[in-house]
Amino acid sequence: MTRHTLSVLVENKPGVLTRVAGLFARRSFNIHSLAVGPTEHTEISRITVVVDVDALPLEQVTKQLNKLVNVIKIVELEDAASVQRELLLVKVKADVTQRTGVLEVVQLFRAHVVDVVPDTVVIEATGGPGKLDALLAALEPFGIREIVQSGTVAIGRGSRSITDRALERVSRSA
Amino acid sequence: MVQGPHPAPPRTAVRPVRPATEAAPRAAEAAAAAPRQVGPERVTGAQSIVRSLEEAGAEVVFGIPGGAILPTYDPLMDSSRVRHILVRHEQGGGHAAAGYAYASGKVGVTMATSGPGATNLVTAIADANMDSVPMVAITGQVGASMIGTDAFQEADIVGITLPITKHNYLVTDPDDIPRTIAEAFHIASTGRPGPVLVDIAKSAMQATTTFSWPQDISLPGYHPVTKPHVKQIREAARLLATSRRPVLYVGGGVIRAGASDLLRRLTDLSGAPVVTTLMARGALPDSHPQHLGMPGMHGTVAAVAALQKADLVVALGARFDDRVTGLLSSFAPNATVVHADIDPAEIGKNKRADVPIVGDLREVIADLLPELEREQAQHGRPDLEAWWQQLDAWRETFPLGFDEPSDGHLAPQHVISRIGEISGPESIYVAGVGQHQMWAAQFIKYERPGAWVNSGGLGTMGFSVPAAMGAKVGDPSRTVWAIDGDGCFQMTNQELATCTINEIPIKVAVINNSSLGMVRQWQTLFYESRYSNTDLHTGHGTVRVPDFVKLADAYGAVGLRCETRADVDATIQRAMEIDDRPVVVDFTVSRDAMVWPMVAAGVSNDAIQYARGISPAWDRED
Repeated sequence: MTRHTLSVLVENKPGVLTRVAGLFARRSFNIHSLAVGPTEHTEISRITVVVDVDALPLEQVTKQLNKLVNVIKIVELEDAASVQRELLLVKVKADVTQRTGVLEVVQLFRAHVVDVVPDTVVIEATGGPGKLDALLAALEPFGIREIVQSGTVAIGRGSRSITDRALERVSRSA
Repeated sequence: MVQGPHPAPPRTAVRPVRPATEAAPRAAEAAAAAPRQVGPERVTGAQSIVRSLEEAGAEVVFGIPGGAILPTYDPLMDSSRVRHILVRHEQGGGHAAAGYAYASGKVGVTMATSGPGATNLVTAIADANMDSVPMVAITGQVGASMIGTDAFQEADIVGITLPITKHNYLVTDPDDIPRTIAEAFHIASTGRPGPVLVDIAKSAMQATTTFSWPQDISLPGYHPVTKPHVKQIREAARLLATSRRPVLYVGGGVIRAGASDLLRRLTDLSGAPVVTTLMARGALPDSHPQHLGMPGMHGTVAAVAALQKADLVVALGARFDDRVTGLLSSFAPNATVVHADIDPAEIGKNKRADVPIVGDLREVIADLLPELEREQAQHGRPDLEAWWQQLDAWRETFPLGFDEPSDGHLAPQHVISRIGEISGPESIYVAGVGQHQMWAAQFIKYERPGAWVNSGGLGTMGFSVPAAMGAKVGDPSRTVWAIDGDGCFQMTNQELATCTINEIPIKVAVINNSSLGMVRQWQTLFYESRYSNTDLHTGHGTVRVPDFVKLADAYGAVGLRCETRADVDATIQRAMEIDDRPVVVDFTVSRDAMVWPMVAAGVSNDAIQYARGISPAWDRED
C-alpha cells in the first residue's frame, strides 16, 4: 500500500465532513489523516485526506467520493509537485537545567516556543511528517508531556489553482 | 447534461424508468424548457411541502401521518393533485413507492413521521438504493430547537440513511423547502437513479414562508455523465465486430435507461448471445432466439457457461454482482471486458474493464449501433457459427426444468409457470425474495421491460405485496401478480388492508412451502438437512398458523386455496376473474422442491450444478 494525498473540494454545508468520513469507513478505506478548513471562496471547503491504499482502490475512493453530491472536485497531490505540511504542538519538560538544550533543538528545526512556564515549554512546528518525527525524536530525551498534531494540508506547486474551475461551477449554478 | 462547467441541469426529470419512445424524453424536455411560473405565494412550510410535491409532479404519495409530519397532512388533505394512500406500515409505503416507480416510470414518493416512522422506512430506502429506484422520502423531524435533545420520537434519520441514500437533506429553514424538494426529485431521477430523503423539521412546517416554482437548483458537485466517449465506443464496436465468442451481459441499467428497444437492435445487429440478469429480466424478450436466459447463482447453464467461455463480455448497465460472477477470480477468465454504465464507480469496482464506457445506456447503445455497422462493413459480419453451435448444445442439453415432487404436493415451478402463461406477458409480476423469486425469474417468460419487479440487490423479504400494490397504482390497467412466499408474505401482508380499502386489486400467489424455503434448501445442501428454524407451519397438513385463506378474508380480500395439480389452472383463472378486490391464492406446494441450476456461494461458475450432484462436463464441449 502506498500513501496518497487527496484534496477534496466540497460545498461548505453542514454534514459534508460526515459524508466524506463515513464513506471512507463503510467502503473500508483507511484514512491516515484528515484536515478540513475554509478556502478563498466562502461556499467551498477543502478537505485534505491522506489515505493508505493501492492504485486500484484509490480509483474507487475517488469515484465513490465523486458520487457524493456535495463533493465538487478531487485532486491527487503528488509529493514532488506539492507542498505538504502538518502542524505540531508539543509540551516538553524544560526546567532551568535543560532549557538551553531544548531551545537548541527548537532552533535547529526552525520551530518556535509559544509558551513558557518554569518547568515546561510548548513548541510549535510545521513541516512534513519526516521533519516532525525527527523533531519529536530529538525532544524525546528531555521528556515529552503532551503532543497534538494536525492532519496534513497540501497545496500544489506552481501558479495553477485547483479551485479556479470549481469556483466557476459554483457561481454558475448558484 | 454533459460533464464540465455547464449551467444548472434541467429542472424536470426526463429519464423514464420504463422505456419510452425516443420522442417522449424530448417532449418532456420541451415541457421543461418553458416551465409554468408559480408564486411567490405566502404559505406555511407545510403548504410549501405539498405545493412543491405537486409542482415536482408527484401524483401519489404512500405514507402514514404522525406527530412531526402532522402539519403537512393538513394541507395534503386539500390537494387535488396529490393522492395520498394511507399504508399500514412505513416499510410498505417505501416498497409501494418503489413499485409505483417501476410501473409508472416516475419518481415514487413516500412520507413518514419522525423517529420510528422514519426508521421503519430504512429497509425500503436501502432496497431502493441497491436497485437504483428513483424515490423521494419525506420525513417529519422534531422542531428545530428540539433537535439533538433526544426529544420524543426523535431519530437522526439523515445520519441513519447517509449510507443508503443517493443523497439526503435536513431542512430547518422553511424557505429551503421548495428548492430542496426540487433537488431531491432531480437527483432521484437523473444519472443512476436512487432514493433521496428529505427530513423536515416540524417547526419549518409550522412557520410562514414563501413558495414559488420552478426552483433554481444549486448542485455544483452533481453532473452525471450521459454522453459516452467516442473513442471507447469505437473500441467496443471493433471488439464486437471481431470477437468469436461475444456475450452481451445485460443488467438493470438497460431497463432504467429505457434502452430495451435499442438493445434489441444491438442484439440483432451483433448476432451475439444475450444474458439478462435478475434486474434485467424483460430487457430483451425471452422469446428472442439469441436470449440465453439469466446468468448467475441460479441462472441457466447456457447463460453461465457462455460468460465463462466468452472471449468478449459486453456489460451493459450491470455491476458484476457476486450473485452473477460467483468466485470473481474465475469469472469469465478469457474475456475482454467492455463495461458501460452511467455510474463511473461501478466500472472496475469488481472486475477490471478493458474498455470502460461511462454514459446513459440509451446514448451508449445508440452510438454503438452505427459504429458497429461501420466495423461490420469493414470486417464483414462476425462468424459466430461455432459459438452458436456450442451455445445451442448447452441450451438443448441443459434446459430449465424441474421434477415433479415425490411427496405428491404441487411443484412450485409448475404453479409459477402457469401463472405466467395464463396471465401473459402484459401483466406485471412482483416477487418477494427466496426460492419463489428465483422460480419466478426462471419460469415466467418476460417479453417486455417492466413486466418483472423484484428486490435484487438487498434481497428484501416482504417486498412483494407492497411493491405490487404500488405497481398497480402506477399502472392500473395491468394485471399485477405478487409472487410471494409464505415467509415473505407474513412480513408485509398488512398492506392487503390498504389494497382492499383503496380498491387496488392485486393478486397474490403465496407459494406456500410452509418454510423459509431458500434457507431450507441451503440447510439441505450444506448443513446435513438440519432444519434449524425454517419451519413456518403454514402449509399442507400443518396447523396452518396463519390460515392464509382466512387471513385474506379478514382483510376483505378473496382467499383461494389450491393443493392439487388439477386445480392449478382453474384457480388461476378464478383469480384472474376477480377485479374488484385483492385476491390471495394459497398454493400449498412441496417443501422439498429446490432451485436449480445452482452455483454454490463463493465457488467458481465453472462448478455450476444442473441438478444436485450433476455438473456439465465442460471438456467435452470444448
